[in-house]
Amino acid sequence: MKGGEVASGDAIHRGDPVIVDRYKVDARINHWLTAGSFVLLALSGLALFHPSLYFLTGLFGGGSWTRAIHPWLGTFLFIGYLGLFIRFWKYNLWTPTDGTWLAKLHVFLRGHEEDMPEVGRYNFAQKCVFWSMTAFILVMIGTGLVIWEQYFAAYTTVDQKRLAVLVHSMCAIVMICIVIVHVYGALWARGTLTAMLKGRVTGGWAWRHHRKWLRELATGKSDQTPRGTPAE
Amino acid sequence: MFPPLPNPTTQPVPPKFGDKDLLRRSATSITPPEKRQTEVAKLIDVSKCIGCKACQTACLEWNDLREEVGVNTGVYENPHDLTPASWTLMRYAEYENPQTGNLEWLIRKDGCMHCEDPGCLKACPAPGAIVQYSNGIVDFQKENCIGCGYCVKGCPFNIPRISKVDNKAYKCSLCSDRVAVGQGPACQKACPTQAIVFGTKDEMKKWADKRIADLKSRGFANAGLYDPPGVKGTHVMYVLHHADKPQLYSGLPNNPAISPIVELWKGMTRYAGFAAIGAFAAISVLHRVVAGRSVVSADDERNAKMLADKNMMKEKTP
Amino acid sequence: MTNSWTDIKNADVVWIMGGNAAEAHPCGFKWVTEAKAERGAKLMVVDPRFTRSAAVADHYSPIRPGTDIAFLSGVVNYLLSNDKIHKEYVRNYTNAAYIVKEGYAFNEGLFSGYNEANRSYDRSSWEYEIGPDGFAVRDLTLENPRSVYQLMKQHFSVYTPETVERITGSPKDKFLKVADWVASTATGDRAMTIMYALGWTQHSHGAQNIRTAAMIQLLCGNIGVPGGGINALRGHSNVQGITDIGTLTASLPGYLAMPTDSEPTLESHLGKRTFKPLQANQTSYWQNYRKFYVSFLKGMYGEKATKENEFGYNWLPKLDVAYDCLRMFETMYQGKTNGLICQGFNPLMSIAHTKKSIAGLSKLKFLVSIDPIETDTARFWENHGEYNDVDPAKIQTEVFMLPCASFAEEEGSLTNSSRCVSWKWAAAEPYHESWRDADFLADLFLRIRKLYEKDGGKGIEPLMAVDWSYKDPLHPHAEEVLKELNGKALVDLKDGEGKVTRAAGQQLASFAEMRDDGSTDGVQWIYTGVFGPNGNLAQRRDNSDPSGMNVYGSWGFAWPANRRILYNRASADPDGKPWSEAKKYVFWDGAKWTGADIPDYVPTLPPSRGAGPFIMNPEGVSRLFARGMMAEGPFPVHYEPFEAPVANPLFPKIKGNPVARVFKGDMEVFGTAKEFPIVATTYRLVEHFHYWTKGVHANAVIQPEFFVEISEELAREKGITRGGWVRVWSNRGAVKGKAVVTKRLKPLKIDGKTVHTVGMPLNYGFIGEAKKASPINTLTPPVGDANSQTPEFKAFLVDIEPISGPVA
Repeated sequence: MKGGEVASGDAIHRGDPVIVDRYKVDARINHWLTAGSFVLLALSGLALFHPSLYFLTGLFGGGSWTRAIHPWLGTFLFIGYLGLFIRFWKYNLWTPTDGTWLAKLHVFLRGHEEDMPEVGRYNFAQKCVFWSMTAFILVMIGTGLVIWEQYFAAYTTVDQKRLAVLVHSMCAIVMICIVIVHVYGALWARGTLTAMLKGRVTGGWAWRHHRKWLRELATGKSDQTPRGTPAE
Repeated sequence: MFPPLPNPTTQPVPPKFGDKDLLRRSATSITPPEKRQTEVAKLIDVSKCIGCKACQTACLEWNDLREEVGVNTGVYENPHDLTPASWTLMRYAEYENPQTGNLEWLIRKDGCMHCEDPGCLKACPAPGAIVQYSNGIVDFQKENCIGCGYCVKGCPFNIPRISKVDNKAYKCSLCSDRVAVGQGPACQKACPTQAIVFGTKDEMKKWADKRIADLKSRGFANAGLYDPPGVKGTHVMYVLHHADKPQLYSGLPNNPAISPIVELWKGMTRYAGFAAIGAFAAISVLHRVVAGRSVVSADDERNAKMLADKNMMKEKTP
Repeated sequence: MTNSWTDIKNADVVWIMGGNAAEAHPCGFKWVTEAKAERGAKLMVVDPRFTRSAAVADHYSPIRPGTDIAFLSGVVNYLLSNDKIHKEYVRNYTNAAYIVKEGYAFNEGLFSGYNEANRSYDRSSWEYEIGPDGFAVRDLTLENPRSVYQLMKQHFSVYTPETVERITGSPKDKFLKVADWVASTATGDRAMTIMYALGWTQHSHGAQNIRTAAMIQLLCGNIGVPGGGINALRGHSNVQGITDIGTLTASLPGYLAMPTDSEPTLESHLGKRTFKPLQANQTSYWQNYRKFYVSFLKGMYGEKATKENEFGYNWLPKLDVAYDCLRMFETMYQGKTNGLICQGFNPLMSIAHTKKSIAGLSKLKFLVSIDPIETDTARFWENHGEYNDVDPAKIQTEVFMLPCASFAEEEGSLTNSSRCVSWKWAAAEPYHESWRDADFLADLFLRIRKLYEKDGGKGIEPLMAVDWSYKDPLHPHAEEVLKELNGKALVDLKDGEGKVTRAAGQQLASFAEMRDDGSTDGVQWIYTGVFGPNGNLAQRRDNSDPSGMNVYGSWGFAWPANRRILYNRASADPDGKPWSEAKKYVFWDGAKWTGADIPDYVPTLPPSRGAGPFIMNPEGVSRLFARGMMAEGPFPVHYEPFEAPVANPLFPKIKGNPVARVFKGDMEVFGTAKEFPIVATTYRLVEHFHYWTKGVHANAVIQPEFFVEISEELAREKGITRGGWVRVWSNRGAVKGKAVVTKRLKPLKIDGKTVHTVGMPLNYGFIGEAKKASPINTLTPPVGDANSQTPEFKAFLVDIEPISGPVA
């Protein structure tokens, strides 16, 4: 039996150091495809966002190709993220610990994670990334369809298109900022990247960053803290 | 009669303007020529227009466009809107003037206005897909167009159309190819009543004054020239009987200007966007420098091992 | 046109009625916009619909289709009863002062001499009183109760503004504004032009529509002056030319008459038409009729035409009745005509009552269509679903389609509404295997003649006698033909002193040189001068205008004698002085007539001789009282169309035009107001040229589909939506189309009854690029004008209903 923080495939392997399986191979493929499409989207989007970056269209075979590919990449990302969402949404639900954690954010930022409350599979900051990405991707796909000239030009007015293109570009900026935080976070906390690359982390990493998750994984039971939504 | 432009010679002549005369080029910063060419303009005198669609046909023929044969939808407009193959369109509005009790059939030739401050060009992300010559003509350069449709959003008059065939944007070019060799646009050439005249912008304004005086003498107190300041004037202008109510003419905008949304998108958003991205990157770097990395300690590993050992051994000894 | 297109720019008031110049003549309409813009001219439009012309007009009044005479007569009455006429002009240049002889009468809508059985008049009482000197009696005080002026006052007095409104539906105030603007030009220093087209001609009383308008112009002194005139806008680019050349069955080239079977000898024909003056010192130009006629015969038969054989007069066919289009289809329908050659003609589209046309064509043995495009007529046998619902298996007509060059592929001349002959050069070689029009005729003629030569036959003399001496008999060149029309001297022509004025073989410079002794030829006297000794003047392209009066006298050649305004001597007063400086045009300079145009007058005849400006008439003046020239009577009368929503409010017993020809069996095809309460009219669209351009892609794009224009009120009443399908049917058939619901058509109050009008364009058929439609003449009645037999396309009765859409 698994606890509320534990995903399918998570497992502990005794040893020294302890090795903890965090992401199954399909989750990792899902993540990296999504991440890859995000990078391409950002590059192609920025290429059309500002003339100084128009040279980036060269990566896609020129302006027309960039224009043509970008919305398909967006569609791909949307589907990819949907996969991630289905996999991880329940570990990103709000818990009371998140409040305590947030109150001590300054401690976290200073790197003194040992003084932070124990967190489950994801800490509050990660959850913020997850939910904000979810929200922005919905906005992006929505506004993106409105300005997808090739297929959907007929369904909206010019005024709606104008608003859509503004919102689309603004949200894209915010998303890029969030992704910067996401990537920085992964680099900042040493040992994080292996989670997505090899699927596993050391026990010490789990102890330091996601102790509650590790405990649940080790004990095989969830703590009794009530959660925002009914358990599965 | 406005003096007709002389017929062209049969000898090839060098074009009167070209790349060296660009005032603006989309998604490119250029230095405009020191001396601007005389601004040209097309004047559409709505009060002389009989709605014969000769301009539409001339446009189709000169520009070698092949529009589809459509259907009648209960109105005189055909096609029913501007399309990638119909760069100009007669629009017909039936207006019962409450002041006189008379019916007025307000017929307007719709098409690109060639704004002095072109919203399409401002919105265009593709370098050189839209250019503005120093004589005022705003022209689409098909080979640079990527078909994104931003020009559609930039245009305050809802003019450009994107082709489903080649995904390029199309609109009236003011027959830049004809003007370059001293001719007027094809529509002007075809117009039987001189409802369309072409010349320098100053000439057109002067000609319009005469027409406006005539209209005022016929009881149209609000007759006037449509040369909207919101887009810094246009190089296609209208003489209207009701210049105070352009909206009557099948929705000609009362006060056109590039949408503030587009201005925001093409202005602040760019700077704020780059600033935000830069700021986030900088903060990350700063954080790394100040706070160092978050490193898993040996203690952490030990604690994890203890936890694992304890629990997993328990599991194995039920 | 009495005047020219460019002359419209001289007008102070432009009145468009019975036409829609902006729609049907957009290029000529530029002179209206010029008059407005440059002279501040006022434009008024009277039309059942608020048309494209109305869109740029200063005043518009609606009217019920077919009631133009009532409206125009209302204007005549307004002018006469308010004494707003150009008195001097009327007194001196019209027959207002002439005394009508005893016996003339007008009662209950009919003139004296009516014969009900054969629907015609004995016109002998419609004449002047002739004095002992042999001249017509006049009363220049205009006070004699039998003077034309007084008779007119009386005749038109019933057309009060109230009556006009009751008959036509034109609101009184709108009518009065028209009348007032008309009256504003009866001053000598202002002029009004009237522009009309098929909206006046295509009625059972079409000629009288135009005549009433001409009377208004005479009362205002607007004939013969710049900016005036009664101007027929011709439809095809060369329809003026084909009328001039005599393709009307009752006329020969140059409006000479076709002999009738009561004229067995040349003299019996000429004698009736060589009019002696009815007033002292008058020119009576038709006295020269015999010169033109003999020259025509010499042109036709060349050396075979001799004095001894009456110049071949006997080779001309002699008419029993007029063989107009309606009769052609009637005789086909009766099985009496069994072959038809259509050259540049699509009669299935243009003749009334399509069902009858199809039946007629189906009875032919052969049909030849010579045309650059496939016509609906050439495909009449083909089933196009409900648009042409025929059974090809039951039609045995053999159809030949001969592709001919289009106008741009052959050289030749075109004559426009201004009577101006302009040469055009071929822009391209005829496409593929197509031939030039003349080549078909030449080949056909020569083959037939050869067959007769070989095998003999009855009555072949005319065929053998025709002079066909072209350089290449199989390919007559257009210039050769134009030269032939112009005419030449056959021997040295000498003046009274024996001096040679024109050497043998030289082209004639003027029809004044024509002789009646066979020493000149010339097929079409009115064109003489176009290809004179100085060459082909139709080729002139000089747009200089030295007088500044928009004459452009060196552009092409306007018949007659390059005159741009007919009767232009009337632009000066009886003393030869211009009526005003503003309208100075042709005047007497003390020695001769001079001015901006070629004087339509003997150039050296001084004003003191008192010869009138209307030189073609033996009176020398124009005719307010038409004498026996019109079938319906000397004055116009409001007669309802044959299909009308109300009985004639003035003369309830009279149905339609009492002298219009109705073929046996056709009386039954007229619908009644009870069954068909809605008035319908047909018209052309600017986007199309007749039935040709429905096959042209660009034209099909800008106006792709047949439609029916109806008022918002009628749409509401019938539950019709804009863009929805409707069915319109008359007593002769039905058509289907899209509804264009518009504010531009309004129901009218006629004699206390609300009457709706629907309008339908005629440009659509079942062949071409545009969407298919039933020919509009499926609906129209087969009755024509009593004088010209032009069918009544502009006013008939229908009903309308919304439908879900055609199945085909």
